[in-house]
Amino acid sequence: MALTRRREVSRLYIVEEETAKMKVALFVPCYIDQFYPQVGIATLQLLEKLGVQAHFPAQQTCCGQPLANSGCERDALPIYKHFVETFSDYDYVVAPSGSCVYHVRKHFDKLDQTADVQHVRGAAYDLIDFISTVLNVTEIPGAFPHKVGLHLSCHGQRGLHQANESEMTPVRDGQLRRLMASLDGIELTQLNRNDECCGFGGTFCVSEAGISARMGQDRVADHVLNGTQVLTGSDMSCLMHLEGIVRRAKLPIKVMHAAEILNGVVNG
Amino acid sequence: MNHAIRADKFLLDADRTTWHDETLWFVREKRDRAVYAVPEFQELRELASGIKNHTLSRLDLYLREFEAAAQANGVHVHWAADAAEHNAIILDIIQKEGATRIVKSKSMLTEECHLNPYLIKHGIEVVDTDLGERIIQFRDEAPSHIVLPAIHLKKEDVGDTFHTHLGTNKGENDPQRLTEAARQHLRAKFLAGQVAISGVNFAIAETGAVVVCTNEGNADLGVNLARVHIAAMGIEKIIPRLSDLGVFTRLLARSATGQPVTTYTSHFTKPAAGKEMHIVIVDNGRTQQLGRPDFRASLKCIRCGACMNTCPVYRRSGGHSYDFTVPGPIGAILSPNIDMKKHSSLPFASTLCGSCTDVCPVKIDIHTQLYKWRQVLGEANEIPASKKWSMKFMGRVLASTRVYGLGGQFARKALRLLPHGLTHAPSMNAWAVARELPEAPKQSFREWYAKQPAPAAAQPAQPQIPA
Ligand code: SF4
Repeated sequence: MALTRRREVSRLYIVEEETAKMKVALFVPCYIDQFYPQVGIATLQLLEKLGVQAHFPAQQTCCGQPLANSGCERDALPIYKHFVETFSDYDYVVAPSGSCVYHVRKHFDKLDQTADVQHVRGAAYDLIDFISTVLNVTEIPGAFPHKVGLHLSCHGQRGLHQANESEMTPVRDGQLRRLMASLDGIELTQLNRNDECCGFGGTFCVSEAGISARMGQDRVADHVLNGTQVLTGSDMSCLMHLEGIVRRAKLPIKVMHAAEILNGVVNG
Repeated sequence: MNHAIRADKFLLDADRTTWHDETLWFVREKRDRAVYAVPEFQELRELASGIKNHTLSRLDLYLREFEAAAQANGVHVHWAADAAEHNAIILDIIQKEGATRIVKSKSMLTEECHLNPYLIKHGIEVVDTDLGERIIQFRDEAPSHIVLPAIHLKKEDVGDTFHTHLGTNKGENDPQRLTEAARQHLRAKFLAGQVAISGVNFAIAETGAVVVCTNEGNADLGVNLARVHIAAMGIEKIIPRLSDLGVFTRLLARSATGQPVTTYTSHFTKPAAGKEMHIVIVDNGRTQQLGRPDFRASLKCIRCGACMNTCPVYRRSGGHSYDFTVPGPIGAILSPNIDMKKHSSLPFASTLCGSCTDVCPVKIDIHTQLYKWRQVLGEANEIPASKKWSMKFMGRVLASTRVYGLGGQFARKALRLLPHGLTHAPSMNAWAVARELPEAPKQSFREWYAKQPAPAAAQPAQPQIPA
């Protein structure tokens, strides 16, 4: 065991050498910036431990998704442009939120497809996707001896194909599951419904507040029923909604972004 | 009234909502098992999607080929531009036959055209012979699902309905006995039926035949006993060849109910000796949808209902919350084509989770079309003005770093300083009816980052984990 551990750690250092030259920007979506700064901090530090020195361009704001999902794509165009201008000089744009990344990749098709726009659309990565497919890290050395329930966010799972879908296959597999399963002592919750939407849905959470809340309550109930102690995922927007429900019901479940867990267990 | 208001009514009965969700999730899981068992299922979807795309791209040619083949079989073919023409054509056929008793098997198209009330108004008795349809016909309700029209009802509800209309014992809820009562009742209606109306699942251009898929065999019974058969179909039901049919029958029942195939797959090609067969081909807004490149693919739908069974919103809001003949995700992309104002809230009745797109056997990009309808509605000013203006305001703020930073600071501070009762008041904050707001931190990420010595930040405290 000790031997494996050393090899895993040294592999991390090799990654560092290979990736030291990458120019990586950190995109911290507006609600994380304002309400969950610790998730932004954990993302930055985790990347650093994996050998990536990410920069946070201060002029960044938002990806424009809240407007576009509300039917106001036209009003979002200046935001899209601002996003592209902010990030076009970087090789990668990494965000702890698959939903924003999905929006940049899929819906920035409304802009003129200049070289910069195309580059930024391709360069945008969800944090877990970046760790898994760009850095090729599939195991994280460290222990997290808790029962952990994964929340697969739809935009990451179905939109960015970061995990298998129950619509296609019974096999429960995916990037987040692999990274988490690699931690020592962790037990992953076997949910009754592996990948049902939590009901956040951006502005849906207020325009259809009743259904949104009911969906979130049902999702949390599945975790409670199956013994989740820590609920995690790679998209903070869904987690914000689920945390709101957990706290309202005063449930003994801790909600954490995957970056917080992984950063907490890896030694720098 | 919008979808959210109707959904809230449904949600008031929490136990029934749970039951409705679980019943339909059970169907979704049955579908999953049937799908997993067919290794080439994804290839079949691709093939079906390709056949439908091809057919829609030359629909006029295939429709005329179909008409010619059907006429050669001795079938009368009628064309209806809209619901009114469809209804008038059918009434005319019935009156020429001198008939007053009609048996009808399941057809979402006749629902869409409101045929039943039209015929009843003209003194004609119409009996829906599909069990679920008959139940809701007794109750004078609209179907809440396209495959399981009475799925909003529990067996106790059916027991009450049959007690009132069929004289079963009060409190009789045994599904077997209730079905038997319906069977006896319907048998008399079948025997008395003079004209049988059916829907169409597939119309084959090559042969001029129509194919009807049922589990109860009621279409066959009706058609074979009556002298006249009228089959009503939308123009999108066409497939080119008989050999294409197998692709769709393999997908349809598996997607709908998890069965390998429907119990009955009936081919109606020509009238029997001494009988008449009519086919009514209906547009009713379909060519308009065909003319919308972003929404054209919605016409590929084979009405399997899988997108409803999988939709987490539909399962918790019920089919009636959509207030359209076809509910659920597919209804939400079909309905604005018919009446944009009336159905303007439906494309917003979704989290855009994309599960509908992934179960759809003909690969309709349903959630992308929902997103695109939102843009069309936004441009047409069919979204609430308050939303429109707040989005315009947000657009300005978020395109400017400085204004954005100030706004966030202010909001966070307000959240920290104002009392919980005010920030969580239901009248002011829809979020807070069922959820706590996030705890506002003292500093934002960007404030923290600005204070870090370049390049790296210090290790944070270990996260707190419950024991
Ligand atoms: S849209 Fe697709 S999933 Fe929904 S009813 Fe039609 S064919 Fe079935």
